[in-house]
Amino acid sequence: MPRKKITISEKVEYLSILDEKGKLDKTLEPDISEDILLQLHRAMVLGRRFDERLLNLQRQGRIGTFAPIKGQEAAQLGAVANLRPGDWMVPAFRETAAELWRGRSLESIIIYNNGYNEGIDIPEDRNDLPISVPVGSQIIHAVGVGWAAKYRQKEDVAMTFFGDGATSEGDFHEGLNFAAVFQAPVIFVCQNNQWAISVPLSKQTRSPTLAQKALAYGMPGIQVDGNDMLAVYAAAQEAVARARTGGGPTLIECVTYRLLMHTTADDPKRYRSDEEVEQWSKRDPLPRFQKYLMDKGLLSAAEIKAVESEVLDEIQDAVDRAEKQMEALGNPMDMFEHAYAEMPPYLNEQKAQLAQELTELDEEGKHG
Amino acid sequence: MAKMTMVQALNLALQQEMEKDDRVIILGEDVGVDGGVFRVTDGLINQFGDQRVLDTPLAESAIVGMSVGMAVYGLKPVCEIQFSGFSYQNFHQIENHAARLRWRSRGRHTVSMVLRTPYGGGVRALEHHSESREAYWAHTPGLKLVIPSGPRNARALLVSAIRDPDPVIFYESKAVYRAFREEVPEEEETLPIGKPQLVRSGKDLTLISYGAMMRPTLQAADELKNKDGVEAEVIDLLTISPLDEEILIQSVKKTGRAVVIHEAPRSFGAGAEIVSRLMEKAFYYLEAPIERVTGFDIVIPMFSREKAYLPSTERILRAARKVLAAS
Repeated sequence: MPRKKITISEKVEYLSILDEKGKLDKTLEPDISEDILLQLHRAMVLGRRFDERLLNLQRQGRIGTFAPIKGQEAAQLGAVANLRPGDWMVPAFRETAAELWRGRSLESIIIYNNGYNEGIDIPEDRNDLPISVPVGSQIIHAVGVGWAAKYRQKEDVAMTFFGDGATSEGDFHEGLNFAAVFQAPVIFVCQNNQWAISVPLSKQTRSPTLAQKALAYGMPGIQVDGNDMLAVYAAAQEAVARARTGGGPTLIECVTYRLLMHTTADDPKRYRSDEEVEQWSKRDPLPRFQKYLMDKGLLSAAEIKAVESEVLDEIQDAVDRAEKQMEALGNPMDMFEHAYAEMPPYLNEQKAQLAQELTELDEEGKHG
Repeated sequence: MAKMTMVQALNLALQQEMEKDDRVIILGEDVGVDGGVFRVTDGLINQFGDQRVLDTPLAESAIVGMSVGMAVYGLKPVCEIQFSGFSYQNFHQIENHAARLRWRSRGRHTVSMVLRTPYGGGVRALEHHSESREAYWAHTPGLKLVIPSGPRNARALLVSAIRDPDPVIFYESKAVYRAFREEVPEEEETLPIGKPQLVRSGKDLTLISYGAMMRPTLQAADELKNKDGVEAEVIDLLTISPLDEEILIQSVKKTGRAVVIHEAPRSFGAGAEIVSRLMEKAFYYLEAPIERVTGFDIVIPMFSREKAYLPSTERILRAARKVLAAS
């Protein structure tokens, strides 16, 4: 029997609009308003400088471990900028710039990274979920949110973020499968930053692309240059529109690079070369986008300087506010709050016991 | 009042709550067209349609993870995991997310969902179909764990679980599903979660159990009365976590003797926690060491040997007589 070719209706594509030298493909240039372009630029600078400041605070022992985003600003901002306020962002843990775009405060991120979950502060007018540390486990929540929106006949969509490592997790496959079966309005954004701590993409999968995994689930997959703000934006715009109008889910693979460590507890020199990092530094999304905006006449060198200065002031104010707010968070008894809607009696007892012990220890300290 | 099996009573609870509240959504494997492998969701897809009763792909983690997302959006998902032996594949979704979101988000997001799943031995089932691993859930802060023992309390507790603002694991004993019928009122009936029930008063000994083990426990209480002239007080926990110890302490203060019965393995089981609390709060009232009658710390054997594994009326009687004999 001759073999027959099976035709798969979905396709996997690659999109690059602004190449690494900053050369624009005019035919593909998305129609983004000047206002949004400038907001995106400011958000990139803010994300970059805030990341630097967090690293600095961590090295000084003023916050704990965190996951830097340097180099991945376009991959997350280009995607999330397509959401409406009422939509849902379901993040992993390396989406600081996207979270800031969604209205999370700088100080809340500092407070969280200094070990207070009061820092999980979702703005009242946003529905977003808090960051999710167990890799890939949040992907499915976006499917539940998206399905619920569809059930309620709302236009809300859910956008979830995850990394290349997460595509090896069962939850990634289950999530994509469920989203496709139920045609849930979900946009799966994979920030393929090449490294899952020390494991490179080549050891994570034999697939030439991550985007092609979408085909197995019957949804469109697109690979984009994740350091190209325009390509990410255009791909996400299309995916969000499709989801909002009942066209179901999309997988977007943003090919990017983690220029810094996995978290501040990690030393990337153990597993990758300086040359590789150097090569990727040349594809930095920020100067590329700035060149585009300057070529368009939307931004001058002086204006970039002004944005830089504004952003640094904003960050300093946030650090000051965070440190002040944290002075009020010292009470360990607060850790018992929000365990359940209603505190069970034995938990009240445990709380009272700790309070008493702390008081007694305090008294002994004073007299001893 | 109609006489119902536990399967029928659970079906009634689901049907009535779905009628009242369009936030209630059922999802799981075979819960729609097939009505669930034990028929607990029988007929619901016909009444409410496939947007209220979802036959999902076969993936436990996604069933629970999707429920978390639905609950955060404001729905009240009631998901079914076909056998509790498969719920380890969704354990991380409960532990990392369902049970924690309220705490993590300082109350901003809550997960009002129910995970229903059949548990326990005694029905000659396949491997991975008979275990009783409630301790895993009971050890998870932020979670509630309910185990009814009969049709009437199962119905009332399931209604309460669906309305509860926190995630509830709802264990249904396969051995009880069709074992007997009880009068179940058509009109609404609820039972508070977190409140054990005193099902029989007595002054000589306290027997504490839950779920499928309530039947051999009550039979043992009958035997003690008829053959030994002993009046055993019997407590049905109904909710394992949050565990309300008050009624247990009051009872043991009165009787001075206690036996805890469960089919789960002994070590680190619910019985260990109950004994600890009685030690802490009723130690000076005890006349004898508390006994545990439980499964053993091995994999529950395949069905040809499960009778020897599961606590029986005889084993409960032996433990009770030992506790009664001690002075």
